[in-house]
Amino acid sequence: MATTQPLELSPGLKRERRAQQRRYAFYVALVLMGLVAPFVAYPVFLMKVLCFALFACAFNLLLGYAGLLSFGHAAFLATGGYVTGYLLSSYPALTPEMGILIGTAAAVGLGAIFGMLSIRRQGIYFAMVTLALAQLMFFFFIQAPFTGGEDGLHGVPRGELFGFISLRNNLAMYYFVFAVFLFGFALIQRTVHSPFGQVLKAIRENESRAVSLGYNVDHYKLVAFVISAGLAGLAGSTKTVVFQLASLTDAHWHMSGEVILMTLLGGVGTLFGPVVGAGLVVTLQHLLAQSPLGNWVGPILGVIFVVCVLSFRSGIVGEVLKMYRKNFK
Amino acid sequence: MTMIFGVPLAVFMGQLLLGLINGAFYALLSLGLAVIFGLLKIVNFAHGAMYMLGAFATLLGMRYLGINYWAALLLAPLVVGLFGMLIERVLLRRIGHLDHLYGLLLTFGLALIFEGSLVNIFGVSGARYPTPEVLQGGYQTGFMFLPKYRAWVLIAALGVCLFTWFMIERTRLGAYLRAGTENPALMQAFGVNVPLLITLTYGFGVALAAFAGVLAAPLYPVSPTMGSNLLIVVFAVVVIGGMGSILGAIVTGLTMGLIEGLTKVYYPEAANTVIFLVMILVLLLRPAGLFGKEA
Amino acid sequence: MTFIKKTLASSIAIAAAMAMATSAQAEISDGEVRIGYLADMSGTYRDLAGPGGLEALRMAVEDFGGSVNGAAIEIFSADDRNSADVGASTVREWYDTRNVDLVAGLVATSVVVAATRVIEENNGLGIVSGAAASAMTNEYCTANHIHWVYDTYPLANGTARAVVEQGGDSWFMLTADYAFGHSLEADLTKVVEENGGEVVGGVRHPFPTDDFSSFILQAQGSGAKIIGLANAGADTVNAINTASQFGVVEAGQQLAGLVVFLNDVHAMGLDATQGLLLTTGWYWDMDDESREWAERYYERVGTMPGMVHAGIYSSTMHYLNTVEELGSDDPVEVRAAMAKKPVNDFFSRNGYIREDGRMVHDMYLARVKSPEESTGEWDLYEILTTIPADEAFRPLSESQCKLIN
Repeated sequence: MATTQPLELSPGLKRERRAQQRRYAFYVALVLMGLVAPFVAYPVFLMKVLCFALFACAFNLLLGYAGLLSFGHAAFLATGGYVTGYLLSSYPALTPEMGILIGTAAAVGLGAIFGMLSIRRQGIYFAMVTLALAQLMFFFFIQAPFTGGEDGLHGVPRGELFGFISLRNNLAMYYFVFAVFLFGFALIQRTVHSPFGQVLKAIRENESRAVSLGYNVDHYKLVAFVISAGLAGLAGSTKTVVFQLASLTDAHWHMSGEVILMTLLGGVGTLFGPVVGAGLVVTLQHLLAQSPLGNWVGPILGVIFVVCVLSFRSGIVGEVLKMYRKNFK
Repeated sequence: MTMIFGVPLAVFMGQLLLGLINGAFYALLSLGLAVIFGLLKIVNFAHGAMYMLGAFATLLGMRYLGINYWAALLLAPLVVGLFGMLIERVLLRRIGHLDHLYGLLLTFGLALIFEGSLVNIFGVSGARYPTPEVLQGGYQTGFMFLPKYRAWVLIAALGVCLFTWFMIERTRLGAYLRAGTENPALMQAFGVNVPLLITLTYGFGVALAAFAGVLAAPLYPVSPTMGSNLLIVVFAVVVIGGMGSILGAIVTGLTMGLIEGLTKVYYPEAANTVIFLVMILVLLLRPAGLFGKEA
Repeated sequence: MTFIKKTLASSIAIAAAMAMATSAQAEISDGEVRIGYLADMSGTYRDLAGPGGLEALRMAVEDFGGSVNGAAIEIFSADDRNSADVGASTVREWYDTRNVDLVAGLVATSVVVAATRVIEENNGLGIVSGAAASAMTNEYCTANHIHWVYDTYPLANGTARAVVEQGGDSWFMLTADYAFGHSLEADLTKVVEENGGEVVGGVRHPFPTDDFSSFILQAQGSGAKIIGLANAGADTVNAINTASQFGVVEAGQQLAGLVVFLNDVHAMGLDATQGLLLTTGWYWDMDDESREWAERYYERVGTMPGMVHAGIYSSTMHYLNTVEELGSDDPVEVRAAMAKKPVNDFFSRNGYIREDGRMVHDMYLARVKSPEESTGEWDLYEILTTIPADEAFRPLSESQCKLIN
């Protein structure tokens, strides 16, 4: 009888496995927190944070990992929102998850078109093209009758998930939104840590080298753009079902600016940065709106922005990671 | 009555003239932006706020210091220009070595601060600034009543544009400026104080915006958000013209004014949007803009 | 055993007593009347209601005595930032977490349309003081809100009819290109044509617009006697200012402002607005009662109140009076009871609440004074005629409200 020795892991591999276990434990803890959260805080507020967090994560995929600053991401948020809103209000038989699916598909389609038009440009020109395209969409949304123009699309029914789970209950709605968020987040995490993600990183660091290595750079950028647009649309569609409303605010260029702020504040190029940033911005807006300081939201966000650009370019999560690495490695 | 696509000739000519005046205004605003980007590679998102500060300086100058319009034409750009130089020296210089996207983000944050703070102090409703006496009333040109003030805006804006173009493209100072941004190290070695040049340039670009603000005060309500909507239009103009090109900004500004004017006659709902359509077309066909050079 | 029995007995007694006590106060939910004030506190409509309207609300609560049948009155407010999203989610939160009893203020039409949906879902009560759209008691009527101060129907009807009767029979429509503007344009066209006038042309401008020069030019080119401003707020102000730059009135055309408020006229100045005809629901200087209230408001706020501020005071008073008489703040009961009492105070004459939620009351046709006629900073209007309540608003026979049909 041959005795087999268990494979002895090298210290490096042991460290790696421990780090991975720590990471998974961290994720599990966060999910647990998310599950308990609606009993601690107002669920509708939490859902708003989750939708914007998804929006910011989608934006960050493009900026932080592909290195492309889009100034027109509001267009995708709004497309998802309006398409879903319109379908769910006009076809009561349509279940919410189908409505969201179709809304997201619309955003993916738009992303493909806008992506093809804008990918050929770099840097500031790319940003300007995305801005212009978003403005055209804004104009379309104002004029199109189905959006309700200035009044917005309201009275969108929450409906019954899969045909039998009523989403009118805030708690049920919350868990659905949480699930959607987890899906989007997981998708981004997998994309970033995949071979595809590695190529994106290479393109971001040195595009000409990536080209010389034989990668079809435009193709990679386009795919990243479409994924980003689709997830932004998913965020918009879900948000419309939560608030039962889609309006021009979602399509305005200020919204595009806000998502940039959230991402920068939280930490560009980190997975959790956009989530933290979105949480902070939404909370700040919420707290200030109910106080006499209501109208200082703009300047306060501006100050935070300036401070971030000057000293905390890595954002909150980025700075935390830096400190962690410095002290624990 | 002669009709052009259903519009009487007189109205058509009037709209073209108005479009030209608006265009001169756009040109003036884009000029400052083009100067700052072309020479400093900074995308100045605070440009709209500077324009607004110029208008406010004019309004407040009259309200509290009794400064009249003509004095304001000189003083407001000066004050705002100095303020701009302060911003450059204290804030922008710190990120000068980074990716230019950070300049965009910083100035975006500054715009939020300036506009938001002023909204809290002055509210959002615009205040009226009276048209200077000498320029009240108008001329009956035969096809339209042209307010004297608007004729003045056309002349002043074009004048300043041409002066700026001349200064940058044809004088020694302009040459230093252009060289200083292409190769700062070399210029520094020749003894030119490049950082000072950069600060002055930013101040000048911002002063141009403020000058446009003074011109705007008697025309539009002076409100803290007056620059915010104009800003993206002005960006579109600069991008179409070619991001570094002074001549591009001037020519495109005038042309866009005309196109927008015509749109207001035939399809007015789209008047705010036509410029973005043009921008997309231009960027697809001539990526660097009409007068730009591909980086 | 005896000890346990005693404890049990006393607990039951205490529980019963508490139950009786709470049931006596069960009429006023949670023992408090909660009023939430939602308006644009910092944007374009700030001066229309805004912080001034909140003061008017507070004045009503104070004048009422601060409590109803022993229950305290709590007031809280939020800025809707002129956004339907913010407004609707604020109202939703108020119902979910603060048990609000009355939603007051409610200014911009787009916010109000969304907010009243939420109020309807929660079977609550809202009093709309600001929104101009007559659709609020038409297609968008609900059993859970009352439209108090004005809407575009009397504004259009009153002003347009008076103008046409004075000889202004050819009109050029300058319309804001969104739903509100379109519906105002439609109302106006109907009135003009019904009274023998003609609409000779029009243009739709983007909403909002800063530069009206090219649209004014088109209006001048049309040769119409009257330029009808089918827009509101900043657009109307800008259009009037631009018109004065282009010498429109000097050249012989007249402007008809449909949705013009006291604070707009004050901001524009009498130079630009003199002679402007408009319809209003109330004016501070129209009689002694109004003056007295207006002066009290002025002392607290620093500006003269407009019809919306006065309407907020009036509606809150009516609400509190009804709650007191009824002994309950149940929204559905209160709504029904409010409709049973007429509304006669310094703000509303011959007023009453209809089944469609419209509070109808006398409206007034006014003309803006010239700088020479005006004797004070706020001496801006001359009231020309009264339009009786029953004639001013959309008749029920023409209504599309679901509560009527």
